[in-house]
Amino acid sequence: MSIKDIVIPPSRRKIGPAKSYNHIGKPMKRLEDPPLLTGTGQFIDDVVLPHMAHAAVLRSPLAHARIVKIDTSAAEALEGVVCVLTGEDVAKTNDPQFGSGNGIEQYCIAVGRVRHVGETVAAVVAESRYIAEDALELIEVDYEELPVIATVEQGIAATGDGILHPNHENGNIAFECNYDFGTVEEDFAAADHVIQRELRWGRTSGMPIETSGAVASYNPGRSKFEVYSNSSMYNYFGHGIAASLRVPPSKLNVIPVYAGGSFGSKMFAHKVPTLTATLARAAGRPVKFIEDRIDHMLSSDQHGPERVFDCSVAIKGGKMTSVKIKTVDDYGAYAQFGVGHHGNALSQVTGPYDIGSVRYDLKAVLTNKCQQGAYRGFGAEVSNFMIERLVDAAADELGEDRVEFRRRNLIPKEKFPHIIPTGNLYDSGDYQAVLAKALDKIGYDDFRAEQEAALKEGRYLGIGVATVQERSVFSATEYWMLERDPAFPLSSVPESVGITVDVSGKVVVDLHAPFWGNSPETVVGQVVAELLGVDPTDIIFTYADTDHGLPSAGPAGSRYTVMISGAVVGATEKLVTKMKRMAAVMMGTDEEDVDFRDGIFITRSGNRSKTIEEIATAAYNFRLDFPDSDDFSSGLTVQHVYDHPLTTMPADDRSHLGIFYPIMGHMCHVPVVEVDIETGSVKILRYVAVHDCGTVVNPLTLGGHVRGGTAQGIGSALYEKFCYDENGQFTNASFADYTIPSAYEMPPDIQIGHVETPSPYTEFGVKGAGEGGRMGAPPAVVAAVEDALKPLGVRIDEIPIGPSRLREIIRHSTGG
Amino acid sequence: MAIKKHELSVEVNGRTVRAEVEPRMMLSDFLRHELGLTGTHVGCEHGVCGACNVMLNGRSARSCLTYAVQVDGAKIETVESLGTIDKLHPLQQAFWEKHGLQCGFCTPGMLISALELLEKNPKPTREEIVDHMSGNLCRCTGYQNIIDAVAYAAELMAEQANG
Repeated sequence: MSIKDIVIPPSRRKIGPAKSYNHIGKPMKRLEDPPLLTGTGQFIDDVVLPHMAHAAVLRSPLAHARIVKIDTSAAEALEGVVCVLTGEDVAKTNDPQFGSGNGIEQYCIAVGRVRHVGETVAAVVAESRYIAEDALELIEVDYEELPVIATVEQGIAATGDGILHPNHENGNIAFECNYDFGTVEEDFAAADHVIQRELRWGRTSGMPIETSGAVASYNPGRSKFEVYSNSSMYNYFGHGIAASLRVPPSKLNVIPVYAGGSFGSKMFAHKVPTLTATLARAAGRPVKFIEDRIDHMLSSDQHGPERVFDCSVAIKGGKMTSVKIKTVDDYGAYAQFGVGHHGNALSQVTGPYDIGSVRYDLKAVLTNKCQQGAYRGFGAEVSNFMIERLVDAAADELGEDRVEFRRRNLIPKEKFPHIIPTGNLYDSGDYQAVLAKALDKIGYDDFRAEQEAALKEGRYLGIGVATVQERSVFSATEYWMLERDPAFPLSSVPESVGITVDVSGKVVVDLHAPFWGNSPETVVGQVVAELLGVDPTDIIFTYADTDHGLPSAGPAGSRYTVMISGAVVGATEKLVTKMKRMAAVMMGTDEEDVDFRDGIFITRSGNRSKTIEEIATAAYNFRLDFPDSDDFSSGLTVQHVYDHPLTTMPADDRSHLGIFYPIMGHMCHVPVVEVDIETGSVKILRYVAVHDCGTVVNPLTLGGHVRGGTAQGIGSALYEKFCYDENGQFTNASFADYTIPSAYEMPPDIQIGHVETPSPYTEFGVKGAGEGGRMGAPPAVVAAVEDALKPLGVRIDEIPIGPSRLREIIRHSTGG
Repeated sequence: MAIKKHELSVEVNGRTVRAEVEPRMMLSDFLRHELGLTGTHVGCEHGVCGACNVMLNGRSARSCLTYAVQVDGAKIETVESLGTIDKLHPLQQAFWEKHGLQCGFCTPGMLISALELLEKNPKPTREEIVDHMSGNLCRCTGYQNIIDAVAYAAELMAEQANG
């Protein structure tokens, strides 16, 4: 098998891009904002249930230890304490957490052994959070310390008690694979240049300002849990929480609330809702548990990748032909989402370049750190950094301008749809246009003179150019396709919507994924308004819980706008069909004689019409005015489930991975920086970000995503890193020590530009854009810093490069 | 181990509140859980993020680092004292117009900080706005639209004052 065998499925699109729209493409103010601005949005800590108790958790002070004995008697005796649970208690009522398997088991409270600092050792339920925290102080735990695996090297070398999960058959190797996609050896043998680099990507995390939390109750009469949670994929993986609680999915109702940011961290936050539900069942009353910031940093579900690379690129005649990538990933103590981060990386591993083959050797190692989860980019941001560093290095070693080298290697626009060596498809694009626009906006041609003049004054200015991919609309195959024999080859990634025209004629849209800082109401409002001719500000939104949920994977992998637009197109089509049928009867004519224009059902002659309100009144109240057929059943409610628009299975022999992330955005980020070589601090003077996300639904909210994501990317490049020392101690678990950018650190103006290359496979030609900024900023910023320090011979192969690290690099540079 | 409670009298959003609280109760918890004013949010509980900012006697304060008993006799204003859905405060209007929020969790603290700035400095420069707002963390927006919103709010408030 080879990528030549991939048959591209035909487009299922119903509505192509139009020259102009009434609502799509307009910078509409967000519908979500008024409650948020007035302090009346309901977040998880705002939920209060009658007779509710409060939980706090005891966290392990050690990175790796056996739990010999836990004495909870003093804590239980404290006035106001309802109950105390340990791992031993949990093991009696629960099964392991979502993502457990292959002998790597995790519980919501550690059973028998702690594997990272901050892992939950016990939980207290009390009348108040204050009392619960008092009680934590009274719990006595005897630990037997085990060898600490603080690095991947130690993890690989470990034996005996240094093996984190004795039941896992490959020691501390969570996963290992070696893939050649295409003719790698031949391409390297034929190369006239081979450029090699060793790169390092530091561990960071989404760190939303709101932590994860849950409020749970258990009704023993109905054997049913109700859990309010700010976790996101409740209508996708919610059954995973039910499984941990040993109940069928229908015995767990997950109720969404507004989430105060996620960036992946709440994509499937499962430990907190599982623990809270477990505590509610044990306590016999509702329980609230909200992580504090330190809980969230130490033991959340979302630490990002921590990778080292040994990678090289083969070049023949100035064109890149092949890439060899050897990567070791520090997974932390448990596995979640299998090898999804690397499947994701392989969706765009060759970047926007016309590269014919790829080798990918992966070793994912278990260490005594918090597990990895999702963080904006889900692993693909790391491969963007890798390929861009390699491209810059190649241009430098060939003595060529980095932009010229890119121009020659970008995939030309006539080659789309384009299948890359791993099998993924790039649906469309115009990369030269994006690059040209970005360079024009920043004034690239004038910069060198400015740089030279500044250097004469002793100022180190630099410019960086990153041309990177922004894959969107994931297919679930990315979670498992690197395994030869997956236990659960999940391939469904649906999104759903329900639309009702109520008895008064108002449109009510039922969403099946939560608000988590994105703009679901605004985006859906614009699309519904476009299709039904109603005022978007007049639409009412509801969020379905799992009792009423339709299949939905929610906002992740930059999929929501594409997927919900598909669902809305399907649902409105059903709704308009029914209303048209009813309008025809009401106007005494045939269905074919009725047009639907701007929210009005009107006869071809134009002399009779019915409004949505009039049809709604009849549909709900006047059944006997219509024929006796199911086509006219009372009410106006439709639902539509929209499946992934373009995905195929991997080849059985894994010679390719199939199409799994095809709606391909692209961007060019260009920062201009000034480096203070005495202090190592970096100031970003100017910043341009040009994106191609296909048809833009709302430039205002898209701009917000681009700027916010860029801020996070700047954080990853310059300021943020979770630090574990040689004892596995987490040394910077606070916002004072883990420094996310403030307004000070941001460039004064991130100038945004768009090129619109509509996707041929999605409704209106929309592409996803939620993660873009963070996927582009790290390589761009690092390239700019390196450019600034070129006179000193500085080479940068890692992030983050905070001031002290940058000073170190400058000191050790050839010209420093 | 019963903890002795202390009497407290405080003006919150123009209303006098009397309560008995444990000396260790944080002001953020008092506002949120005792008074039901859940607009004030708690992001870090160690005084860095500023989501919990409230006005305390006319100056912004971290309610997560302030004990409720410390505000006995004081005047507190929270986000709930600004505008309503039907009649937004110019700051709220400006944050809406300029897309100065995404998840909205940091927003109440941002609004309070911006209010403090504009009350003492109705015509701030961009640098002054950045300087003042840099004590509040936001993870969604990248700040640019927040800075724009505060500048725009200053214009709206000047128009109101003149108009």
